[in-house]
Amino acid sequence: MVNHSESKGNFANYFDFFHLPQTFNLDRKLLDSAYLKIQQEVHPDRFARASDAEKRQSLQLATFANTAYRTLKNPIQRGLYLCELHCLDPQLETNTSMPKNFLMQQMELREAMDDARGQIVPLSQLQDQVISDLKKITDSIGKNFDELKQPEAALIELRAALFLERFLEELEQRITDASE
Amino acid sequence: MALLQIAEPGQSRNPHERRIAIGIDLGTTNSLVASMKNAIPEILRSEAGHTMLPSVVRYLQGNRTQAGYEALAQASLDPKNTIISVKRFMGRGLNDIAHAKNLPYDFLETSGMLKIKTVQGDKSPVEVSAEILARLRQLAEDSFSDDIEGAVITVPAYFDDAQRQATKDAAQLAGINVLRLLNEPTAAALAYGLDHGSEGLYAIFDLGGGTFDISILRLSKGVFEVLSTGGDSALGGDDFDHALMQYILTEFDMHELSSNERRALLMKCRDVKETLSSHPAVLLEFAFEDGKSIQRSISQDEFAQMTQSLVTKALVSVKKAVRDAQVDVEEIQGVVMVGGATRMPNVQKAVEQYFKKTPLNNLNPDEVVALGAARQADLLVGNKSKNDEWLLLDVIPLSLGVEMMGGLVEKIIPRNTPIPVARAQDFTTFKDGQTAMAVHVLQGERELAEDCRSLAKFELRGIPPMVAGAARIRVTYQVDADGLLSVSAKEETSGVQTSITVKPSYGLEDGDIARMLSESFQTAQEDMLARALREEQVEAMRLIDAVNNSLASDANLLSPQEQHTIQEALNQLRQLVANSKVVDDLRRGIERLSEVTEDFAARRMNANIRRALTGKSLNDIE
Repeated sequence: MVNHSESKGNFANYFDFFHLPQTFNLDRKLLDSAYLKIQQEVHPDRFARASDAEKRQSLQLATFANTAYRTLKNPIQRGLYLCELHCLDPQLETNTSMPKNFLMQQMELREAMDDARGQIVPLSQLQDQVISDLKKITDSIGKNFDELKQPEAALIELRAALFLERFLEELEQRITDASE
Repeated sequence: MALLQIAEPGQSRNPHERRIAIGIDLGTTNSLVASMKNAIPEILRSEAGHTMLPSVVRYLQGNRTQAGYEALAQASLDPKNTIISVKRFMGRGLNDIAHAKNLPYDFLETSGMLKIKTVQGDKSPVEVSAEILARLRQLAEDSFSDDIEGAVITVPAYFDDAQRQATKDAAQLAGINVLRLLNEPTAAALAYGLDHGSEGLYAIFDLGGGTFDISILRLSKGVFEVLSTGGDSALGGDDFDHALMQYILTEFDMHELSSNERRALLMKCRDVKETLSSHPAVLLEFAFEDGKSIQRSISQDEFAQMTQSLVTKALVSVKKAVRDAQVDVEEIQGVVMVGGATRMPNVQKAVEQYFKKTPLNNLNPDEVVALGAARQADLLVGNKSKNDEWLLLDVIPLSLGVEMMGGLVEKIIPRNTPIPVARAQDFTTFKDGQTAMAVHVLQGERELAEDCRSLAKFELRGIPPMVAGAARIRVTYQVDADGLLSVSAKEETSGVQTSITVKPSYGLEDGDIARMLSESFQTAQEDMLARALREEQVEAMRLIDAVNNSLASDANLLSPQEQHTIQEALNQLRQLVANSKVVDDLRRGIERLSEVTEDFAARRMNANIRRALTGKSLNDIE
C-alpha cells in the first residue's frame, strides 16, 4: 500500500497541492494542467546545476507530485484517498466481507468469463458490460461523496469497484491472449 | 587549461554567458558526441573529420591504449586485447552473455560484473567504456578549447539498474560530470519532436548494435511524456551478425576456428549484412588460415529467413509496449526509426506491417540520439530562457521488487511508472525475537526471485526483540530522474530507527573509482590534488551562483536574521574560493552554505508551486 501520511511542504493534502477542491468529481483537464505546471517548477531537470539542498528538495517534490497525480487520476484510488482524509480505514486487506448479492454477481461474471474462454466477441461483450457497471458505481460513489456527504456509503461501493477493476484487468489480459 | 574566472564579491557572473554542455551517445558499435552550436545541435568531428568513434578499445603492452578506428583496424590481429561491443557486458555477469563461445576474449567471473583478461591486466566493462568516454570528452574539450560543464549520457531505455549504474560509473571514471542519464529513444524523440514541431502519439523504434528499445510517447506543446517503454537489452544488429555466422559455420561444418578467424569471420558477416541493406544479394568470401576458402552468395530473402526469430522477438516487445501505453496502434501517428540496424529491409518491412504506416526515416538513425542528448544537456545547464524550456517525463522500464518468503517477488514499483518515484512497503518479522532481516532487491517482470535480476542484498540489523509479527519494517524504494534506485529500510514501532541506503552491487564503490583514477588513467595525469581543488572551486562557484540567484528572486521569504546567516556563509565561501588552497576548507564552506540554505530551498519551491497554479505568491494567499 502507498503511504499517504507523509505530507510535503505547506500542503494539507493532494487536492490542496494541485489547488483543486476536495471533491470526488474533479476536472481532469485542470488536474493534468496543474500536474504539468508543478513539474515545470520542481522537476530535477530544472535543478541540474543547483545546490545539493535544492536538488534534494526537487527530487522530493517531483516524487510527491507523481504520487499525488497517480492517486487523484484514478477514480478508485481518489475515492480511497478521500476516505483516508475522512479518517475512514478502508481495511482492504483485513475486511473482505461483501454484500451477498454482490458476491453472487461476481460469481456469475467469473462463470461468464470462463464460458467465453478464447473467444474475442463474447469476451468483449462482457468487457463492455463490466465497464458500464463500473461507470454506474463510480457515479454513485461521486454522489455519495459530493452530494449526500456519505463517505461511509461510498467506501462500501469503492470496495465493490476495486473488485470490478481487478476483474476487468484479468478480462483484458484474456482478450489480449485470445487475439494473439 | 582555462583559468578560473572569479567574479568580484557581490557580483555574479554574466548571466548571458553560455555554458558548454555535451550529449554523448555511448553506443554498442559507435559512439558520438554532440553539442549546441548557434542554437542547432551538431555532431562534433574528430581531427580526422570523423563523426563517429567506433566503440573499440585495444590494450597494448606498456600501458598504451588505442580507441576508435585505430583500435578497430587491429581487431582481427589482436582479438583478445581488442574489446568491441563492450556495452553488451555492462552490469552483466558471465552467464548473462549470449554467444560467449563465439567471442575471442578470456573472460573472468568476478563478484557481480565480468572482467576481461588483457595484456594490461583484468579490465572491467566499466573501465573499457571509460576509455571511450575519455576520448569523447577530449574531443569535445579540443573543439571548444574550454572546459565542459557537464554531459548527458544516453542509455538504452530498457537498461536495468545495474547497467545504468555501470554507465554512470564509467563516465565518472572518465572525469565527466554527468548531468543526467537519458533514455536513447527519449533523446531521439526530443530531437525529432523539436525539429518537426510534432504533436501527438509517436513510437520510437530503436534497434542499435546491441540493444533494442521501443518507446511510446505523447508529444504536446513543450511536454515530452513517455507512456511506456519496452525492449530487450541483449538484442541488436550484432545478433544478426551472429545469426549469419552461425548459419555459415553450420552449413560448411566449421567448428574449430582460431580467435583471429572468429573475429575476422564475424566482421565479414557484419559487412555482408550492411551491404545487403542496399543490394538484393551479396557474395560472402572468406579465407581460412589453413589456406581453405569458402564462397557463398546470400540473398536478402535468405538473410531475412535466418534472422526471422530476431525480428519476431522485437515485435513481441513492441506489442507489449503498445498495450502498456493503453493506446490503440491506429492512434500512433508516426514511427521514428533509430539505430543503424533499422536500415535492414526486413526490419523496415516488419515495422510497417505492424503499425500499418511507412516508418519515418528522415533523420540520420546513427546521429539522432546524440543530437537529442545535446539538446537536453543544453537545457540542463540552464542555457534556455524559461519560455523555451520543455519538460521531459520518463518512466522506469522494469518493475522493482523484493524477495518474499518462498522465493516469490513482491513488486514495489511496477514498470512504466513515471520517475522520480518513491514507494514504501511494510514488512514484519517471522519469528519471535528476530533481530535481523535480509532484504533482497530485484528487478524484472518474472514471479520468481531467481528469474529476476538481483540488484542488491542487505541486512537490517538491530531490530529490538519482539514477538513475531510485531515489528514494522518499512522498506522504501526511491528511483531518481536518472532511473537509478536507492533503497532504505527502517524499523518503526520501537522508536529505534535503523536506516541503510544501498547502491546496487554492480556499481563501483567510491574507493574503486578513486583507485582507478589514481592508476595513471588517461584522465588522471594532472596532479590529483590540483584536480580535486579545482573541482571543489567549480562546485563552490556553482553554489554561490545558485544562492545569489535565489536571493535575488525570493529574499522576501526570509527573515532578516535568516538573510544575515545566509549572507555570512556566502561571503565566507567567496573568500575561500578566492584565497584557500585547502580542499577540505572549501568542502566545509560548501557544506555550511548548503546547510543554511536547505530550508530556504524548500520554501522557494513551495512558493513557486503556488505561484504557478494561482498566479499569486504564498504571502498573498495567507
